[in-house]
Amino acid sequence: MPGAIYAEGLVKTFGDVRALDGVDLDVPEGTVLGLLGPNGAGKTTAVRCLTTLLTPDSGRAVVAGIDVLKHPNEVRRSIGLSGQFAAVDEYLTGRENLQMVGQLYQMPARQAKARAAELLDRFSLSDAADRPSKTYSGGMRRRLDLAAALVVSPPVMFMDEPTTGLDPRNRQALWEVIQELVSGGTTLLLTTQYLEEADHLAHDICVIDHGRVIARGTSDQLKAQTGGERVEVVVHDRDRIAAATRILAGFGKGETTVDQHTRKLTVPVTGGAKLLAEVIRELDARGIEIDDIGLRRPTLDDVFISLTGHVAEAEGTNGANGTGADPAAAPAAGGRPAADPAPPDASPAPDAGDRHRKETGR
Amino acid sequence: MSAVSDTARAVRPAGGIRSSVRDSLVVAKRNLIRMTRIPEMVLFGLIQPVMFVVLFTYVFGGSIKVGGSLSTQDYREFLMGGIFAQTVTFATAGAGAGIADDMHKGLIDRFRSLPMARGAVLTGRTLADLVQTALTLLVLALVALLVGWRTDENFAKILAGFGLLLLLGYAFSWIGALIGLSVRTPEAATSGGLIWLFPLTFISNAFVDSNNLPTFFRHIAEWNPFSTTVQACRELFGNLPPGFQTPDAWPMRHPVLASVLWSVLILLVFRTLAVRKYRSATA
Repeated sequence: MPGAIYAEGLVKTFGDVRALDGVDLDVPEGTVLGLLGPNGAGKTTAVRCLTTLLTPDSGRAVVAGIDVLKHPNEVRRSIGLSGQFAAVDEYLTGRENLQMVGQLYQMPARQAKARAAELLDRFSLSDAADRPSKTYSGGMRRRLDLAAALVVSPPVMFMDEPTTGLDPRNRQALWEVIQELVSGGTTLLLTTQYLEEADHLAHDICVIDHGRVIARGTSDQLKAQTGGERVEVVVHDRDRIAAATRILAGFGKGETTVDQHTRKLTVPVTGGAKLLAEVIRELDARGIEIDDIGLRRPTLDDVFISLTGHVAEAEGTNGANGTGADPAAAPAAGGRPAADPAPPDASPAPDAGDRHRKETGR
Repeated sequence: MSAVSDTARAVRPAGGIRSSVRDSLVVAKRNLIRMTRIPEMVLFGLIQPVMFVVLFTYVFGGSIKVGGSLSTQDYREFLMGGIFAQTVTFATAGAGAGIADDMHKGLIDRFRSLPMARGAVLTGRTLADLVQTALTLLVLALVALLVGWRTDENFAKILAGFGLLLLLGYAFSWIGALIGLSVRTPEAATSGGLIWLFPLTFISNAFVDSNNLPTFFRHIAEWNPFSTTVQACRELFGNLPPGFQTPDAWPMRHPVLASVLWSVLILLVFRTLAVRKYRSATA
């Protein structure tokens, strides 16, 4: 039996660009699928096809048991959509926005009003409820957008990069909301650029690139494929690199890579934080001074290198070697992780158009 | 913490004329709220026609011969039908810019993913513009009275005249909607919504007696849908100048009927085109 979200051979082209090139998806009811991929991979296009915003060139999609192409309006009654660009009217207050959405879901005015109040309270927006949403912070606007998607408690939810551009605190808060939603039985398809996010929220992960699914499985399966954790050490003195390399080799489960220029050594390991502590003790015992050390988990880039042999393309601001910019990297010892990544919008999806560029500019 | 998993559900099935009207009113309310939050937009919409009244009355009044008269008072009365009609058609640009703006914001995705009537986003916008147009007309009529516009007809006829003006304005706002859906930016919609209005409103009987135009332009003016409404208003308001020769063209002989026919035709054609364009806009 097909799941709550099911797609078979979805193809969508924009001119010469095959944004979706035969995508199959199957999300069992009550589970979360993380759709992982870089900008321009086709994530947004897939969501737009499944939420009736785009008509695929070919293929079949069934959402909440309803054929998306044959009965789009029926599908719309069973889904909620929350995007990376808060889809709210900036001149309307939070309350007015939610009431409007409720009424457009065909709720009677009185019910829409009560539901709006409930959601504003739930998303800690009551204090700002009667201010135009223009005056909201990015995090508040995103919460309002999510609230709008939840007005009818739809059984199937789609979230397109819900945390892109949010600071860590707001990201954490949004994750909690999403987890609660899922524990209530909602089926969720979530797109993200962050492996950690998919790891945290999704039961299953699909990695897509150039409009194709290039890997699928649980987060553990993908990580195993990608090579698991590694320890990264930045040695203070260039002439101690050789000594440090020998020590790391003793802990490593594979070859140690050495970057002479940055004095950075990387070695695949198993054993997590406990092993990291041992490495630090050993380096200390040998008197090797270090500038930085950290346990690094596979990032989206690692997954991509491992799966496709190339660095995720179109990743402008999210540097390819970005231990700092990537939230998936464990905090390095002695320093908080680098600032939250800027919205990585170097190259919007082909269907994104002006809207995306414009909106991320703020 | 139960709000997320409670049983709030869409209760009414979508579809049907009732939900279509209801959705349009919900969207219209949204647009009207927006207008109150951006009052300068409404204000600029008011200043322009008022400026036209003052300029035409005092600059051209006395120099333009209408019917057999060069009297300033006759021109003022003659002029108002034209200014009223021009004002309602200029609302086209507002509708176009508003819709172009909406189409390039995330909110349109929200609307498109909701189980609402497909034309409601556009109908709601055009209805809100109609409210604004009515407000503008009211202010304009007061200004016109101040500068000496008079009407000696009964109240029902005057209301009928304003009814025709609103119908024309509503029909034209659908042209604006189509333009708004066809361009990439609100700025383009504003200029695209205005440029064609200049020849349309000037090659007409709005500011001059069409009998004085060169033959070629006179024919265009007499069949111009815009002229029809202007002529109908002058008839209904009793503002035709003494010695005015009603042209032989059919719409000029039956301006009220012709005005209704033109407006309904424009409304049907452009509403159909706009709704179709909206549906396929991002597919």
